[in-house]
Amino acid sequence: MSTKNWPLWEVFVRSKSGLEHRHVGSLHAADAKMAMENARDVYTRRQEGVSIWVVPSSAITASNPAHSGELFEPAQDKAYRHPTFYDLPNELKHI
Amino acid sequence: MKDQLYQYLLMLGDNAMILGHRLSELCGHGPSLETDIALTNISLDLFGQVRNYFQYAAEVKGETNDEVTEDSIAFMRYPHEYRNTLLVEQPNKDFAFIITRQFFFDAYHLPLLEALMQSKDEQIAAIAHKSIKEVKYHLRFSSEWVKRLGDGTAESHNRMQTAVDYLYPYIGELVQETPIEKEMKEQGIGADLSLVRSKYYEKVKTVLQEATLSTPQFFGFHDGGKKGVHSEHHSHILSTLQYMQRTYPNMEW
Amino acid sequence: MSLNIDRLEQEFQAKIDAGHNIEPKDWMPEKYRKTHIRQISQHAHSEIVGMLPEGNWITRAPSLRRKVALLAKVQDEAGHGLYLYSATETLGISRDELFEQLHSGKAKYSSIFNYPTLSWADIGAIGWLVDGAAIINQVMLTRTSYGPYARAMVRICKEESFHQRQGYEIMLTLCRGTQVQKDMAQDALNRWWWPSLMMFGPRDAESTHTEQSMKWKIKRKTNDELRQQFIDITVPQAEFLGLTVPDADLKWNEESGHYDFGEIDWDEFWQVVKGNGPCNKERLDARRSAYENGAWVREAAMAYADKQEQKRLAEVG
Repeated sequence: MSTKNWPLWEVFVRSKSGLEHRHVGSLHAADAKMAMENARDVYTRRQEGVSIWVVPSSAITASNPAHSGELFEPAQDKAYRHPTFYDLPNELKHI
Repeated sequence: MKDQLYQYLLMLGDNAMILGHRLSELCGHGPSLETDIALTNISLDLFGQVRNYFQYAAEVKGETNDEVTEDSIAFMRYPHEYRNTLLVEQPNKDFAFIITRQFFFDAYHLPLLEALMQSKDEQIAAIAHKSIKEVKYHLRFSSEWVKRLGDGTAESHNRMQTAVDYLYPYIGELVQETPIEKEMKEQGIGADLSLVRSKYYEKVKTVLQEATLSTPQFFGFHDGGKKGVHSEHHSHILSTLQYMQRTYPNMEW
Repeated sequence: MSLNIDRLEQEFQAKIDAGHNIEPKDWMPEKYRKTHIRQISQHAHSEIVGMLPEGNWITRAPSLRRKVALLAKVQDEAGHGLYLYSATETLGISRDELFEQLHSGKAKYSSIFNYPTLSWADIGAIGWLVDGAAIINQVMLTRTSYGPYARAMVRICKEESFHQRQGYEIMLTLCRGTQVQKDMAQDALNRWWWPSLMMFGPRDAESTHTEQSMKWKIKRKTNDELRQQFIDITVPQAEFLGLTVPDADLKWNEESGHYDFGEIDWDEFWQVVKGNGPCNKERLDARRSAYENGAWVREAAMAYADKQEQKRLAEVG
């Protein structure tokens, strides 16, 4: 059998309006239309969504866990990006 | 009048039930997990519609006979009392047959429900209103697959053309008016099949064309199902469908 | 080099010990990867093969309500197989390769599905006992160390919550019915009880994988612990139905707070595992022919997708 296999797609579902799309899983499909239909049939059987994105898995660039240190740790000591870094008197309101 | 409404509900419900039954035979045996899940969804939609039609039919019949339930209607009739068309009882020969049969039915089902949404009978209009969203999706799904397989490989094209040629003579019955349908149309309850027919043939032609399949030049057709005269396949379906009721009569499950 | 591997392995184990999940792109020992491919795909195969014995009764379900419930349940199993194959694929193996392993007989699946479904009561018994046993295992697996597997299990557990209730409701209806129906229910329990206990696998002393699996937090409880948990939960449910569990040695043990139970027929267990169960051949044949008969469909869909892509490119160009 010489057939090329159906490629893998990643599925993102918005569970209700106002929320972001979240990754829910993956599936196989020959093309985008089929991926969309399959995603609807596989991942929204129990009213899990109001909107779907499908993306070919091959189109995703992921960060390398080996680089996690240089990518994510430098953010650890930047407390000044958070509101609690700043000391203000307690009696002050609405700030 | 009540009996004609009852018979009309049987026609609507039986088509959905027998096609749903054929699709349910496939569960676990499809060409991919994704298609298995999709076809089972269609089968579940159809059985949902069956329950709506038969629950209403049981109400209609119930005025004279309170033994009637959705299940007695589904499982306890004699073969000639089933009023589904011959198309839906055709077997799952291969995936090309399954998709073609589905498309031929969906393309009829959608304009039928559009018409039934205007029914003077509120229950029928409500069922049509609820079902139409499901059926729009069925038609999209089956049309896409007709194109995919028709315009796929040489093998898939040949298989599709074989299925189209084989099943095409059965589609005339869908839109051929029987006396019951005529009566229901005149009462403002049933659909006007002449309007359904033109939309139907147009849709079939367009999709087959896009799928690079030729529309058979065939003017006669096979019919009888709507009057209770079925193909050889039908009693085999019933012997499976009714197995429990016939083997263990009068029990609750 | 080997020093380096040792260090990576220590870090890996430390991560697991600290309760962190392992994700697809993280470094993992080759054996961890292989063990997961084997275990998750085995689980996926079980879902897919498991569709067959129940699928056998969809067309004969005795009411419309029972029919849609069963159809939805078997469909869920296809979905669960799909989620699990996807989780396995994150470890660098394709679904088609996994299918080939199943079809060639190289990969295993749960032996329970090699038993036949002979009556409608079997559908009740499967939902009640087989899904009941599976849930115990699956709830544990929602906390397994490999992220994609744990997430698939969370979704599966959520969806499966109706499966066991569906089965028990069928049993309850039968047990409140006629004598013929009660006999049918008892007969189903007689045939499914012992195979259900076998679902938890060999005894801890004979299980080759347990120790490593515990260390890697693939499993968090041993086969024997899970089996005991299942028996303790299930026996009172059988009593509620008025059915007799087919085990003469079954007895509540006040001291241990658990049921004592009789010896499992391990010869039968190994026979079925080795492929000599009542339906092994039918099940594999059914899967193989579904796959082979679908080859032209999958191929056509790819050819069509390629053509559409070419057309699109031509229009753009």
